[in-house]
Amino acid sequence: MLTLYIPMDSVACAVGADAVAAAFAAEAARRNLDIDIVRTSSRGLFWLEPLVEVDTPQGRAGYREVSPDDVASLLDVDLVANGDHLLSVGLVEQLPYLKTQQRLLFARAGITSPLSLEHYLAHGGYQGLEHAARLSHDEIVAEVLESGLRGRGGAAFPAGIKWRTVRQAQAEQKYVVCNADEGDSGSFADRMLMEGDPFLLIEGMTIAGLAVGASRGYIYVRSEYAPAIAVLRQAIDIARAHGYLGEDVAHGGHEFDIEVREGAGAYICGEETSLLESVEGRRGTVRAKPPLPALHGLFGQPTLVHNVLSLASVPLILSRGASWYRNFGMGRSLGTMAFQLAGNVRRGGLVERAFGLTLRELVFDYGGGTASGKPVKAVQLGGPLGAWIPPSQFDTPLDYEALAAIGAMLGHGGAVLCDDSLHLGQMARFAMQFCAEESCGKCTPCRIGSTRGVEVIERLLAAPDSAERQRQRALLDELCDTMQYGSLCALGGMTPFPVQSAMRHFPADFGLDTQEQAQ
Amino acid sequence: MNAQQQETLQQLLQQYRDLPGGLLPLLHAVQDALGHIPADAIPAIARAMNQSQAEVHGVIGFYHDFRTSPPAAHSLRLCRAEACQSMGSEALAAQLRTQLGVDDHGHTADGQLELRPVYCLGACACAPALQLDGQLHARVTPEKLSALLASCSKEAKC
Ligand SMILES: Cc1cc2nc3c(=O)[nH]c(=O)nc-3n(C[C@H](O)[C@H](O)[C@H](O)COP(=O)(O)O)c2cc1C
Ligand code: SF4
Ligand code: FES
Repeated sequence: MLTLYIPMDSVACAVGADAVAAAFAAEAARRNLDIDIVRTSSRGLFWLEPLVEVDTPQGRAGYREVSPDDVASLLDVDLVANGDHLLSVGLVEQLPYLKTQQRLLFARAGITSPLSLEHYLAHGGYQGLEHAARLSHDEIVAEVLESGLRGRGGAAFPAGIKWRTVRQAQAEQKYVVCNADEGDSGSFADRMLMEGDPFLLIEGMTIAGLAVGASRGYIYVRSEYAPAIAVLRQAIDIARAHGYLGEDVAHGGHEFDIEVREGAGAYICGEETSLLESVEGRRGTVRAKPPLPALHGLFGQPTLVHNVLSLASVPLILSRGASWYRNFGMGRSLGTMAFQLAGNVRRGGLVERAFGLTLRELVFDYGGGTASGKPVKAVQLGGPLGAWIPPSQFDTPLDYEALAAIGAMLGHGGAVLCDDSLHLGQMARFAMQFCAEESCGKCTPCRIGSTRGVEVIERLLAAPDSAERQRQRALLDELCDTMQYGSLCALGGMTPFPVQSAMRHFPADFGLDTQEQAQ
Repeated sequence: MNAQQQETLQQLLQQYRDLPGGLLPLLHAVQDALGHIPADAIPAIARAMNQSQAEVHGVIGFYHDFRTSPPAAHSLRLCRAEACQSMGSEALAAQLRTQLGVDDHGHTADGQLELRPVYCLGACACAPALQLDGQLHARVTPEKLSALLASCSKEAKC
């Protein structure tokens, strides 16, 4: 019997995976061939999707960018004997792109079926909760603290400190809230994890609930991710039916259950306090901090808010131990990070590696440069509020502190490549426009400043002479300064990053010559 | 709202009125069932959720997803964020302007298709991307876009 693995990830399907699976089923039936098609999660090697894998005695052999038209010719060769085919990529786990990765969070990516609890358990699932159940609440918190895990949502705050605060807060009711808003363009790791390995997130939240004493969890998912919402809801039902959620999740009478809430198209709802407002059923406006959500969060109660990948790191930390986890990474950036290669890139996809590889390795060794074959002009790292980084700075290690030192940030780990046809003056304008469109409206520097910012950049780009350019540029600098230091949250506060980095590194795109730039 | 819509609304109000923070799930449910949130549903929604009508209006207005008028037969959401821009989504937007005469937030002259910008669909490694009637498509080329539009029939979803 022939066993095929075809991803059911929404992006694999958006480039044809469903159609390929259907074509295999139909063609096999026509040939009276016994085949088993397993729908798995995606490896995250999106440049190869739809990637079809076949069980062979040597391991899983892969065929890249398969279309329904290729199915007949694939079934003509002896797939189990690794027969010759134009689309063959050989053994998938031997591909350098995958082989050199350090897949901890995404260990099951492309291997298991997302909604198979059986697969999950067979591949190490729920060992973290099992271990946590044998510890005291404080011991769990200590383990997370010791691991050095920092939040993966962008701010990189030490997770253990947040857990300790919520743990020590006195309240009848506490909550765990998963921030699955993943609004950053260029980011898709949360989406992949929720669609592909939902039980891992559920297990992580359950451990968190146990540790801090919360009985309820919410996962707030952006509405653009309808397939992820559907998978999570099914996974929650399955987990509940098997006693992994509900009244006694860890055999100590501990109750924990999870509800999925859908966003409604607002980038700012990724900001944690705005997200809490939204879960409470209100407009997603940002709350001033303090009070911290850890003490005064959802419905006014102590709340642990974490990104998807932060929570998904927890089962491994508990099952393998904090000191094992600390072996990955550099400096104060410990563990692995899910880097995401996107945009004009030859090999776009997910790269999970310990912190510390360089941007150059990410962009060229993994990404293979641009898809267009033209020179890489810049990379925007960390979403729409992240800086544009020129190739001259590509040797910077991917580590929170090293990036901060060059005025950039890692954010959620998304890296968007562009070639020299992209106009960074237009991208700076776009950053301001994005801020204007997505501002929650609470504070003036962001609400008004972004609209004025669009206008000033337009005037700068259209300026007829050097004097006028200098005037607009000075105005823009001042505006950016006001936004950066006067905004209540990072939406207004960081919009200057893409704008000013574009101006600093690509003055020509603003009509500024190097001399003007230097002034 | 006609009688049937009234009844649907009443059922949803029953279902969500006691859910903590239930206003967003309720608004989603109403919009899923009726295609939009009818203006004459707002007083009942406000009463059921124990909020003022102004508050409910404020919530509807804040979120890009909610709408108070019926949608066109087909909805196209073209991603305009950075990764898609770097792979030519602006050219796709221009193609829609010339081929269909439709601009951001606008609809075609026959009212059949509406175009909305969206900032990232999570398909950035296979940019550019769009959603047509909720279905995600990636690595979209001008030819693929034309083919997708041609396959849109007047009544059925694409
Ligand atoms: C404008 C803005 C947007 C944000 N969007 C997200 C997001 O989409 N996902 C996320 O996890 N965190 C996002 N954050 C960060 C959250 O506010 C918060 O730091 C995070 O959820 C904490 O989780 P962590 O400790 O696991 O990182 C955003 C912050 C700001 C200011
Ligand atoms: S900076 Fe912008 S998004 Fe943040 S609180 Fe102020 S207005 Fe709202
Ligand atoms: S930027 Fe378009 S899908 Fe992410």
